[in-house]
Amino acid sequence: MRRISVEPSVAGQNEITIEPGRSTWRMSLEVFLQNRLAVVGLVIVIFMVLFSFVGPLFWHVDAHTHLSRVNLPPSASHPLGCDELGYDELGRLMQGGQTSLEIGLFAALLATVFGVLWGAISGFFGGLLDTLMMRTVDALLAVPPLFLLLFLASIVRINRLELILVVALVAWLAPARLIRAETLSLRTREYVQAVKVMGGGSKRIIFRHIAPNAVGTIAVNATFQVADAILTIAALSFLGLGLPAPATDWGGMLSTGVQYTYVNYWWLIYPPGLAIVLTVVAFNFLGDALRDALEVRLRRR
Amino acid sequence: MTSYLLRRLSHAVIVVFLVTIFVFLLLHLLPGGPARAVLGQRATPRSIALFNQQNGLNKPIYIQYMVYLDHLLHGNLGFSYKLNEPVTTVLAQYVPKSILLVGTAYLLALIIAIPLGIFQSIRRNTIADYFFTAGSFIFYSMPAFWLGLLLILYFAVNIHLFPAEAPQGATLGQIISNPAGLVLPVITIALITVALFSRYMRSSMMENLTQDYVRTAKAKGLNSRQILFGHVLRNALIPIITLIGLSLPTIFQGALITESVFNYPGVGFEFISAAIGQDYPVLLGFTLMIGIASVVGSLLADILYAVVDPRVRYGKGTK
Repeated sequence: MRRISVEPSVAGQNEITIEPGRSTWRMSLEVFLQNRLAVVGLVIVIFMVLFSFVGPLFWHVDAHTHLSRVNLPPSASHPLGCDELGYDELGRLMQGGQTSLEIGLFAALLATVFGVLWGAISGFFGGLLDTLMMRTVDALLAVPPLFLLLFLASIVRINRLELILVVALVAWLAPARLIRAETLSLRTREYVQAVKVMGGGSKRIIFRHIAPNAVGTIAVNATFQVADAILTIAALSFLGLGLPAPATDWGGMLSTGVQYTYVNYWWLIYPPGLAIVLTVVAFNFLGDALRDALEVRLRRR
Repeated sequence: MTSYLLRRLSHAVIVVFLVTIFVFLLLHLLPGGPARAVLGQRATPRSIALFNQQNGLNKPIYIQYMVYLDHLLHGNLGFSYKLNEPVTTVLAQYVPKSILLVGTAYLLALIIAIPLGIFQSIRRNTIADYFFTAGSFIFYSMPAFWLGLLLILYFAVNIHLFPAEAPQGATLGQIISNPAGLVLPVITIALITVALFSRYMRSSMMENLTQDYVRTAKAKGLNSRQILFGHVLRNALIPIITLIGLSLPTIFQGALITESVFNYPGVGFEFISAAIGQDYPVLLGFTLMIGIASVVGSLLADILYAVVDPRVRYGKGTK
């Protein structure tokens, strides 16, 4: 029996025991599940996905406006009240969740794939190409994403696919930088050099040694990317440049609710905001836990 | 030091150059190009052709870019036909107000976050530490617009302590003359910033506490107060400098949303109205200025870093 101590970001010191002879992935999974915050994050994410995608099977989601029940406060038939067009707020929350989660996930995926390719190419080839590619990233990073998004959203009336593309367009920069640094450092590690000395080809080096080591970084970053993408979409919709009605997302719901702040229609403000915060916190927890689980070097602290 | 500065400066120049190319391309990415941006979505092809001819937009694209650069170097960011003002005038009108808002919030955030980070690193893994860590996690994940709305709901609607709307006014003086209206927007930005900075401060302190020089200082017989404030704090503050410099784009972004929630007449607010009104010269001029400001911010941070931390100067310094 080998004793391994883990220090998760918040939960403090945990001691766990792992029997020898298990695979790295199995060990990572165990470390991950030992982290209470990770489990909390996972539960919230699963809950949000079920709520948004399976929830409409059990709860009636309005397809039409009902002007007779505009801005109704919460009651037995409408647990979260109704919004300014008479949509049931609970059903609307499910619908908005579908948009936020779908777009967040796909935008993060797209950004990660593109960013990883860009960063890997830049780091692998180095030289002038590297300089050029990384300065481009720097230049794009200099402009805050929301400004660029607002600009793009002002040109086109955005649909679902375009929103994914546009969010990914500003999100790929962080993974590109990260993976470039990772590629640079992994390429010069002793164990890679050792493989070279033993006669291992570059194919073997890339797939057996560099890729598995970079996967952790990529996965961790992708998780944070989802959180960021959900926030970005919410901000864009809040500013009135998200998906056109009747589609909505949590940010868009808040932007309609904001007009009723002064008359204290709190049921239009709390639920969508809470949904955003919970989801984002959950993905951040997951990312932190993944980092702890996959960073083998951190385990033996 | 000189070679480090030169290298860093040349990087910054290249990046600024790329930002101008990038903004120039954005202008031409518009359906119909710059002519459409000025004449509006319903302009006829004839009037667009005429406009292009009058403004030299039918010339090869690299010549247009040269002309664009020439204008930029002479301080000409374009002309807003919607507001009938040069973009620089529009900027000059809104930038000081945004600086007032963001500057106050950041000052407040630093005053809170640095002692908080120190406190958390000393009392690490105690209930108090967990409490503040959880708090910063939540505020960090919280969208600025929702936090702003919650503050309005509670402080303005429920207990009527502060006004919900930021002070309105054309001049800086008019805004300062109504400090109560500034409270909620400043708190919104400050809370989110404290969440970010205190986390960095905590981990920076923790990292320095494990360094060998701490053990040496202890062996010399210094008490923990002397070690903490004489040695650890000074080293732990260094990364915060970079953080402030690098977070400039984030600052603009946070200000954009907060200004929109509180109707604060700053750069972000004007940018949003320009986006909704499709005032492209203003959008592009602002984007360029913010891009350049961010590059300069990170350059200054790097230079300052090199001044306070000799390791950066003498190290390889390649980025």
